Amino acid sequence: MLKQIEGSRAVAEAVALCRPQVICAYPITPQTHIVEGVGEMVKDGTLTNCEFINVESEFAALSVAIGASAAGARTYTATSSQGLLFMAEAVYNAAGLGLPIVMTIGNRAIGAPINIWNDHSDSMSMRDAGWIQLFAETNQEALDLHIQAFRLAEALSCPVMVCMDGFILTHAYDRVDIPMQAQVDGYLPPYEPRQILDPADPVSIGAMVGPEAFTEVRYMAHHKQLRALTLIPQLSAAFERQFGRASGGLLRSYRTEGAETIVVALGSVIGTVQEVIDEMREAGTRIGAVSICSFRPFPLAALRDALQNAARVVVLEKCLAVGLGGIVSDGVRKALSGIQLKGYTVIAGLGGRAITRASLLQLFTDATEDELEQVTFLDLNAEVVNHELERESAARRSGPTAEAILRRLGTVASHIG
Amino acid sequence: MFQVRIHGRGGQGVVSGAEMLSVAAFLEGRYAQAFPSFGSERMGAPVMAFCRIDDREIRLREPVMEPDALIIQDPTLLHQVDLFNGFGPRGYILLNSTRAFEALGLTEFLRKLRFERVCTLPATEIALKHVGRAVPNVPLLAGFAAISGQLRLASVVAAIRDKFPAALAEKNVAAAEEAYAMVKKIRETADAQAN
Amino acid sequence: MTETGEHMATEMQEVKFYQTGTFTVGNRLLAEDERSVQANMQRTNSLNSGHRACQGCGEALGARYAIDAAMRATGNQLIAVIATGCLEVFTTPYPESSWQIPSIHSLFGNAAAVASGVAAALRVTGNSATRVVAQGGDGGTTDIGFGCLSGMFERNDDVLYICYDNEAYMNTGVQRSSATPPAARTATTMAVGKEPGNVFGTGKNMPLIAMAHNIPYVATASVANLRDLEFKVTKAMGIHGARYIQIHVPCPLGWGSLPADTIKLARLAVESGLFPLFEAEHGELSGSTKIRSKVPVEDYLRPQKRFAHLFGKEPDTARLARIQAAADRNIARFNLLPQ
Repeated sequence: MLKQIEGSRAVAEAVALCRPQVICAYPITPQTHIVEGVGEMVKDGTLTNCEFINVESEFAALSVAIGASAAGARTYTATSSQGLLFMAEAVYNAAGLGLPIVMTIGNRAIGAPINIWNDHSDSMSMRDAGWIQLFAETNQEALDLHIQAFRLAEALSCPVMVCMDGFILTHAYDRVDIPMQAQVDGYLPPYEPRQILDPADPVSIGAMVGPEAFTEVRYMAHHKQLRALTLIPQLSAAFERQFGRASGGLLRSYRTEGAETIVVALGSVIGTVQEVIDEMREAGTRIGAVSICSFRPFPLAALRDALQNAARVVVLEKCLAVGLGGIVSDGVRKALSGIQLKGYTVIAGLGGRAITRASLLQLFTDATEDELEQVTFLDLNAEVVNHELERESAARRSGPTAEAILRRLGTVASHIG
Repeated sequence: MFQVRIHGRGGQGVVSGAEMLSVAAFLEGRYAQAFPSFGSERMGAPVMAFCRIDDREIRLREPVMEPDALIIQDPTLLHQVDLFNGFGPRGYILLNSTRAFEALGLTEFLRKLRFERVCTLPATEIALKHVGRAVPNVPLLAGFAAISGQLRLASVVAAIRDKFPAALAEKNVAAAEEAYAMVKKIRETADAQAN
Repeated sequence: MTETGEHMATEMQEVKFYQTGTFTVGNRLLAEDERSVQANMQRTNSLNSGHRACQGCGEALGARYAIDAAMRATGNQLIAVIATGCLEVFTTPYPESSWQIPSIHSLFGNAAAVASGVAAALRVTGNSATRVVAQGGDGGTTDIGFGCLSGMFERNDDVLYICYDNEAYMNTGVQRSSATPPAARTATTMAVGKEPGNVFGTGKNMPLIAMAHNIPYVATASVANLRDLEFKVTKAMGIHGARYIQIHVPCPLGWGSLPADTIKLARLAVESGLFPLFEAEHGELSGSTKIRSKVPVEDYLRPQKRFAHLFGKEPDTARLARIQAAADRNIARFNLLPQ
């Protein structure tokens, strides 16, 4: 059924359709509306057979989820940014124990400096914990991916993170198609645990593993993600058959046929990128884009296929490997191992800075003319940076950097983009 | 694609105004995208919200840089925030004020615009009269529908009923109807003058 | 028999206590349902032998009694959650597990939260027969697990949380926790300097904190009185909601005591007043075990090398007096001496 609702609400309704049994979450901007949405549905009886637990921290949230999942319940939680870090120990634990928990990440920057706006640093911080990470381009895809996520998680006994851009998607009203319960039931069978705490058939979960077996256990986790590379496209195809629309998968190409330049990105920015691609294609530039949906497992082979005929690749990322440059770029580079082409990393949108059509047009034009540095910080205010560097070299007690920069920028309320 | 940018202060319903606008467009079978630009959430701080309306799926995710319409919910923002950034000469402006543009020091600015596409509206007063709260978003929404023709009044009314509980919805509907009629009249007068 | 040799048939035979210093009674003198679980050949041995605990480990003893009692009380329908710590390490030496019941070990600080999750899953799947017990050491409970435990209490989740209190982070090499008593030597409160051993802080009385949450049942227990321990666990399992039991479990390695002295030391801790045995319901004290024959704290402290620096040629009379004062405060507060 078509609705015009907030992205968070769409996700809440999708999660509810998946018949979750235990939901536990701790509030953090910008995930709050999702959890409030499911909480309300449980409380007013719309969502039945579901326990909604208000916990005292994110660490508790994922820990409660671990217990519930191990005891055989379909379990869901959500967080962002600082909250994801606070539960970091449990994130690794859940993956290591093979528990099919589904968690929404409302992507938000990680402090310091504290910042509530969107970028991908939170999901990226947990990229090697063993969770599957799927990135949504639109609110429709965000809700669709949750349905796929439960099935994927339970098929593999592996937790799944569905990542959606905070504010840009979570707080945007969009037209979405909410599936019917029967459709979801037809796609997502009841949870059948691979392991369960059951007095009738006792098992010990979470034993210590020494040097003699740890490698093998970890290899199994690695192997599981490699299997996901096959399963994710299969589940995406099955989703299309059941619901009638394309959604998910490993990655998606846009006008890459004959493209000399290909832009790679994750999440909602792809929409703006596609608009610029259209404009440039109209003017005769052979440019296209690839959006990565499955960031973990990272689709090396599929990406290689998609990019190998280009002359240059521009990786546009909303995250930063401090001191190194790009995070996504590393994966892209690995995918293109042995293939000679020009690669550019563009760090953009950090802490919620708007990525504008105008900036991208200039950026992509520079790229096609190979007038880009290896690593570019899009729309970096060099004047402010240089001023701060001068200030710091002038006096030892130069004070907090962030505050000094804010003071230099002046009132921000009047800025549009 | 038609792009609207709404300026106001926290507590004036800027965000829900954009949302209702998107719902109204949806009810007419169109695609719409509405989203806020957040500063820290506190009452009185300048806030912006955006709404795009189109007949095809909207992919663009940047803030509205070149608005086709500006809805200004609080005139005290006029000389504080760069409200007209990116605004072209053919755009629509709806300004919440009991005073005319001239009295607000915008005479020069107005000269470059299509005068039948801009108007002021005492939205806060209309809201107070019908709803009892100084939240001008609904009258401005109706006024926008009237001046731009982008939405039918019936769609605005339906969006209002979708958003508010019954009793409050009807009060807002009354406010919307008054605002719509007022702006429609201004527009008709202006059109007549133009011809 | 009377003088004339007649049986006094209607007189009830009084049970006499033979062993000095305890109330231990041979099981055969009691009714079946009053006998220790451990006397029963059909006991579950939920924590089976073969685990790797030290000789004389108080925690291994306490856990075995507690879990078997919980199993009997629930008709063997129990799921155990274990925090990282001695118990977890010595019961699950890869590739073996000494747990005969379903058990999960997640992290150090989240046993209470994981248990809350298990309880939620049981509720939502309509399973009212299976119950949950969470376990942690003092470190995992009063320090790193404090937040999750408080959350579980506040939600009144249906979990019995058992804290095995050996008064330090034993598994990692005897470091101080917030449960470490004043003056005790640990690896991070060495017996050197002007104030050797742990400082005299404000203490963190976890049972009182549990009581402050107004949960249905809080109790302290000791391996010195295993019947009392079983009784309290059984009673707790008959209650629904958040419950907390703290069991005092001497650690020969960490305390520097003889393995054979574990139960004796636990008894001395109780008899000196330093470890009061009491129960509380919904935040109100509901009962305490009276001290049979009070001993000075020194009797308890002397056999432990972790307090050795308080004794010797020049005993630290000032600090010993402070410890005695703390014991006396407990006696007054929990009404531990018969009037």
